[in-house]
Amino acid sequence: MSGSVLYDTPGPRGRRRIAVASVAAGIALAALAALAVRRLAANGQFDGSRWSPLFNPGDENFPALWRLLGGGLVHTLTAAGLAMSFSLVLGVLIATTRISAARWYRWAVVGVVELLRGVPVVIAIFFAAQVLPVYGLKLPPLWYIVIGLTAYNSVVISEIVRAGILAVPKGQREAAAALGLTRGQTLRIVLLPQAFRSMLPALISQLVVILKDTSLGAFISYEELLRRALIAIQTLHNPIQTYLVIGGIFILVNYLVTRLATYLEARLSGRRARPSVPAEDLSTG
Amino acid sequence: MDVITDNLGLYADGLLGTLKICGLVAVAALLLGIVLAGFRVSPVPPLRAVGTTYVTLVRNCPLTIVLFAFAFGLPEVGINGSYFAFGAAGLTVYTAAFVCEAVRSGIGAVDAGQAEAARSIGLTFGQSLRLVILPQALRAVIPPLGNVGIAMVKNSAIVGAFGVGGELYSVASTLNGARGEPALPVYSGVVIGYLIIIIPTGLLVLAAEKRLRVTR
Repeated sequence: MSGSVLYDTPGPRGRRRIAVASVAAGIALAALAALAVRRLAANGQFDGSRWSPLFNPGDENFPALWRLLGGGLVHTLTAAGLAMSFSLVLGVLIATTRISAARWYRWAVVGVVELLRGVPVVIAIFFAAQVLPVYGLKLPPLWYIVIGLTAYNSVVISEIVRAGILAVPKGQREAAAALGLTRGQTLRIVLLPQAFRSMLPALISQLVVILKDTSLGAFISYEELLRRALIAIQTLHNPIQTYLVIGGIFILVNYLVTRLATYLEARLSGRRARPSVPAEDLSTG
Repeated sequence: MDVITDNLGLYADGLLGTLKICGLVAVAALLLGIVLAGFRVSPVPPLRAVGTTYVTLVRNCPLTIVLFAFAFGLPEVGINGSYFAFGAAGLTVYTAAFVCEAVRSGIGAVDAGQAEAARSIGLTFGQSLRLVILPQALRAVIPPLGNVGIAMVKNSAIVGAFGVGGELYSVASTLNGARGEPALPVYSGVVIGYLIIIIPTGLLVLAAEKRLRVTR
């Protein structure tokens, strides 16, 4: 437990005090909740007409609304999936070439990485959407999102990959060199597979960032979940309820992805504690 | 590139506007985040639950949705305000979750033996927090807080995209959207503006990280 650094296991008096504080906090929370509910009720936010299109399958708008939102979710996941894939490929390319290349190239890469890391993602997306068409590159909005997200996330991922490669014990590289593997082979067969394993949790966490940032597509009229929700609100006039639902969808998806990351982290750190990896495993790498 | 030099004043105003939003949000988010972190490490279960729920919900929700919910949801229950107020409030609520986690991890980074030693020489809870744990936690907290700050500056662009005038992002929509100036130089200028804030901050964080690193 996080608090254990700060205090001992409470004794009888401490427990009493904690119980009193718990009751007080509980009452305060209940009062806050009651206040919020009253405010919502006074403004008619509990009217059935505001909720039933979202939650009542019998409502006339229910099927159309969920078709709209479902399609939006598919678009959100598509953009996130594409951005993640491109960022991963580019990130690995940037990281590996940076490690073994001429000095001028390394400096150029550092410059680009630092530049792109400092640019807000929303600006990168607008940049793509406004500047590329001027030079004759007219694409569907999906691609502006993907380009903007990739520009930012590929450099973030390249840093994750670089850290992962550098974290592989030096002996691995030396052993590969002793076996006569070339630089490329060492990277491909020895370093990357091991690095990949240790950086998997960080990569998955980055996926959460990408998923959240796809909602910026709403600004350039890419019909992802948020944009579709805004469209639905125009006819149903229930912003609070709709934001609650799409916020909930995002939170659920991201929560599950985060849990996957923590699960993998626990699993992988357990594996590293084992004495050694069987020789057959290396041959398949 | 004439667009940038011709409108240097506009860009400067935008830079100041961004700094204004960021300064305001930084202070508010820091306070809220520290309170939340206090909740998360407190021995009182309901407060812990509040802290954990807040962080889990807010961290997994896109800032864009938080902002939309503030600006178009709150007026539905009779809470009205300017876009600036809603934007700043939304960014504060969002950033506070990350501040909370940075502070909490800083407290977690203090060796358990330190607290145990403090207790065993008879310091009270308040004394051990004030004299032993917080001074050490602060060192561990500053670099991650700096990174949260950098993320906040970048997120302020989303607040701008959302219609709060007078900051860096809105310079682009004025010049490119309303006056039809060419997109490439206009957006390059905006990018430069953000880099002017972010690169020095990043270097500062790096320097702080080096200075405050403790060999344990």
